[in-house]
Amino acid sequence: MADEAPFQFLHNEMIQYIYKTAENGETENGRNITKLETMGFRVGQGLIERLTKDTARYKDELDVMKFICKDFWTCVFKKQIDNLRTNHQGIYVLQDNKFRLLSQMSAGKQYLDQAPKYLAFTCGLVRGGLSNLGVKSIVTAEVSVMPACKFQVMIQKV
Amino acid sequence: MSRQSNRTTDSKKMNSELFTLTYGALVTQLCKDYENDEEVNKQLDKMGYNIGVRLIEDFLARSSIGRCQDFRETADVIAKVAFKMYLGITPSVTNWSPAGDEFSLILENNPLVDFVELPDNHSTLIYSNLLCGVLRGALEMVQMAVDVKFAQDTLRGDNVTEIRMKFIKRIEENLPAGDE
Repeated sequence: MADEAPFQFLHNEMIQYIYKTAENGETENGRNITKLETMGFRVGQGLIERLTKDTARYKDELDVMKFICKDFWTCVFKKQIDNLRTNHQGIYVLQDNKFRLLSQMSAGKQYLDQAPKYLAFTCGLVRGGLSNLGVKSIVTAEVSVMPACKFQVMIQKV
Repeated sequence: MSRQSNRTTDSKKMNSELFTLTYGALVTQLCKDYENDEEVNKQLDKMGYNIGVRLIEDFLARSSIGRCQDFRETADVIAKVAFKMYLGITPSVTNWSPAGDEFSLILENNPLVDFVELPDNHSTLIYSNLLCGVLRGALEMVQMAVDVKFAQDTLRGDNVTEIRMKFIKRIEENLPAGDE
């Protein structure tokens, strides 16, 4: 869809910019990932406010996660999360078998070490969205075979 | 269900909001990194250029538009096809120079600046400068050197947003030395 393209191009360019302007090479990797994640957080907060303007309150955590997997993911990536698993104790794993931001990059193990850069923004997006729905969390991502990836959400009990 | 149909029209708008919000986060980060607005403007232009050189291929693949015969046709394609495709708006093409090498794109509303206000200490920031870079980069890949700048900006108090595009020259394709 043509309206996905601007965001994807902008996202890739942002990652290039953050990495290019970092002073050191390898040692700054963590800082850059954090910067991207923080940007995603702000965007996620704003986006979820717009998206849930007219919807009813969510019954519980699981409802919130289901919303993220269906409506939020569809809005941002034009597809739903393929698999949601939970241990019912605050840990949720969202699996996307064909993650839009990685599908153009590789279909296997090539460039696997570059993948975390491209997931940081989305982790922040999810964390920001959850935060404005009243759920404090830590979101991480892992990739073993592109373009499938798993986002792990750890709910923080305040 | 009426709720369903709300969702489909909303999702198109939401996607442009995702882009708008992401762009806002980017500009905020740039303002933090660089002390003065000129640097930010330059950086936005550079990033836009990098996006433009890739976007043109995406555009040509999706639209299967052939080569434009002249600058007027280029202007129409940019306004009516490209802007519509990627940003969902159709700017109007006006203010042609007598020589036919300069024109303006008038945007009634600029999706990039939804929810945006410029604070007083950033009065020289050209917030949407990325667009200039994108247009410049994309046209360079189709052998046109152009100069793109903002003539009017709603964020700085004008009524409309006006992008002025000037044709500089046709870029000759350089064959590597040694080819016939």
